[in-house]
Amino acid sequence: MSDVALMLRQVRYTNKAFWRNPASAFFTFAFPLMFLVIFTSLLGKGTVPIGGVLIKQSSYYVAAMATFSVITASYTNIAMSVTYQRDSGILKRVRGTPLPGWAYLVGRVIHALLVAVLLVALTAAFGAVFYGADLPTGALLAKFVLVVVAGGASFAALGLATTAIVPNADAGPAVVNAIILPLLFLSGIFIPLGDNSPAWIRTVGTIFPVKHFADAMRAGFYGRPFRFEWHDVLILLLWGLGGLVAAARFFSWEPRK
Amino acid sequence: MSEVVIEVVGLRKSYGDVEAVRGIDLRVRRGEVFALLGPNGAGKTTTVEILEGYRERTAGEVRVLGHDPARRDRALRERVGIVLQSTGIDPYLTVRETVELYARYFPHPRDVDEVIDLVGLTDKRDARVIRLSGGQQRRLDVAIALAGDPELLFLDEPTTGFDPGARRNAWEIVRNLASLGKTVFLTTHYMDEAENLANRVAVIARGEIVAEGPPGLLGGRHLAETLIRFRVRSGASGPPAVPGAVVRSNGLVEVRTETPTSTLHELTGWAMAGGFELDGLEVTRPTLEDVYLELTGGEAGAE
Ligand SMILES: Nc1ncnc2c1ncn2[C@@H]1O[C@H](COP(=O)(O)OP(=O)(O)OP(=O)(O)O)[C@@H](O)[C@H]1O
Ligand SMILES: [Mg+2]
Repeated sequence: MSDVALMLRQVRYTNKAFWRNPASAFFTFAFPLMFLVIFTSLLGKGTVPIGGVLIKQSSYYVAAMATFSVITASYTNIAMSVTYQRDSGILKRVRGTPLPGWAYLVGRVIHALLVAVLLVALTAAFGAVFYGADLPTGALLAKFVLVVVAGGASFAALGLATTAIVPNADAGPAVVNAIILPLLFLSGIFIPLGDNSPAWIRTVGTIFPVKHFADAMRAGFYGRPFRFEWHDVLILLLWGLGGLVAAARFFSWEPRK
Repeated sequence: MSEVVIEVVGLRKSYGDVEAVRGIDLRVRRGEVFALLGPNGAGKTTTVEILEGYRERTAGEVRVLGHDPARRDRALRERVGIVLQSTGIDPYLTVRETVELYARYFPHPRDVDEVIDLVGLTDKRDARVIRLSGGQQRRLDVAIALAGDPELLFLDEPTTGFDPGARRNAWEIVRNLASLGKTVFLTTHYMDEAENLANRVAVIARGEIVAEGPPGLLGGRHLAETLIRFRVRSGASGPPAVPGAVVRSNGLVEVRTETPTSTLHELTGWAMAGGFELDGLEVTRPTLEDVYLELTGGEAGAE
């Protein structure tokens, strides 16, 4: 078998194990959908000013939860599951076989991307059915898919890099949430950030990748009046690249003692 | 003499201040079953994992199937099967899925069902790994290592946690592999395992090889004195008239001898003449365990 075929086979087995594991199926898959329902029904009736235009909060949340889905499926999922695999010795075992390390990890990343795409599709369908959200078509759809893939890949790379600072699998959820939850709040994923949000929060948003990703997702999803900015995608990819470099340098295949 | 498969010269490994392996030499030939015996912390896993390419050595020369394992050549990994001392398996795949997954990483895998039969997991083929007992998971470890049809197999305490039946079965597997010309390098704490399986044993203690050889000859075992033990009832006429006899306070008599045949002859003659029985008569040679305890200083783990 060629290495690419081995890698794709890895995706298949990862997928099998993923759906049989109640924790991954729930926290990665059901969780974002649950948040979507809760947020839109609790807070989806008002409006929020963005770029001088009033946006329905329901529309805001459909795109924000699609963003959240991708981050959960790639960043959180990869960081936690790969740490677990490292600490239980699965990575070490794989490392002793002829399978190239990249084929194993890329297999996991591609699986995470597939889960992310599925979640985004479900979120979009939910938005269309309950809130009459317009679904992107044509050139907009192409841009949107590009943003989803760029975001998924970048956050997966950051997830791999994060495993290097997680001391052991028990600490996984604590470390990962300590990193991602504040960023999700400060980037307007759970609570809309309008034009009048505090300056320091907006500064945080411009530095870290979550807000750029969320903005690009919203613009890609709805088109006007949101402006699609290529620099959002660029900053996202730069973070992803940084994650990849850090992972290549600090990733460990063996349990941490 | 057949081809040398593993060659180790002057191997050293330090973890910070801890010198885990202090200059060992090993040579294993094709078709041999080689056992590394030693107490906890002696340096067995360190040595094996250097040979497997997991750990970098501090000093020394190492060749495995002609490769330097530290370079982690894929061509080497394709020819080697590994059972680590402790590793995990994805808990949500079934036994069959797991063996199949690993088998295909190798260029010439064995038949998956055959391997599962071989380790005695046929009944559990479709069970998820999470539902296996500890010993069954260990058997799956062995199955995974066999799946790629390796010519060299590393087994780090492969039968720890096995019930006696499973251990015998594992030995049978190892013997079969050896008869097919495969080479096996194993570590173990079990003397009987080393004795039954290995062509050659090396005893390692505190990072040094303290003895090496076929299990029957280890530590001059074949030359060591035989121990004869029995009890005499009152009625025996004085102490036995053989050199080296020691009477313990509980009436137990011990005789150490280098000439067991004639000593026994004298003792039985003495008992027959006196018309009494040598109760609980035992003739024992030092077991591998005795030799091992002697060699390793009888310590319980070198820390
Ligand atoms: N990664 C490590 N970092 C620091 N010290 C280590 C490491 N691995 C092993 N050691 C130390 O090196 C020594 C040898 O350990 P090793 O695991 O090789 O022993 P072993 O013979 O396999 O023991 P056991 O029978 O318990 O498996 C021990 O003192 C151990 O504490
Ligand atoms: Mg060990």
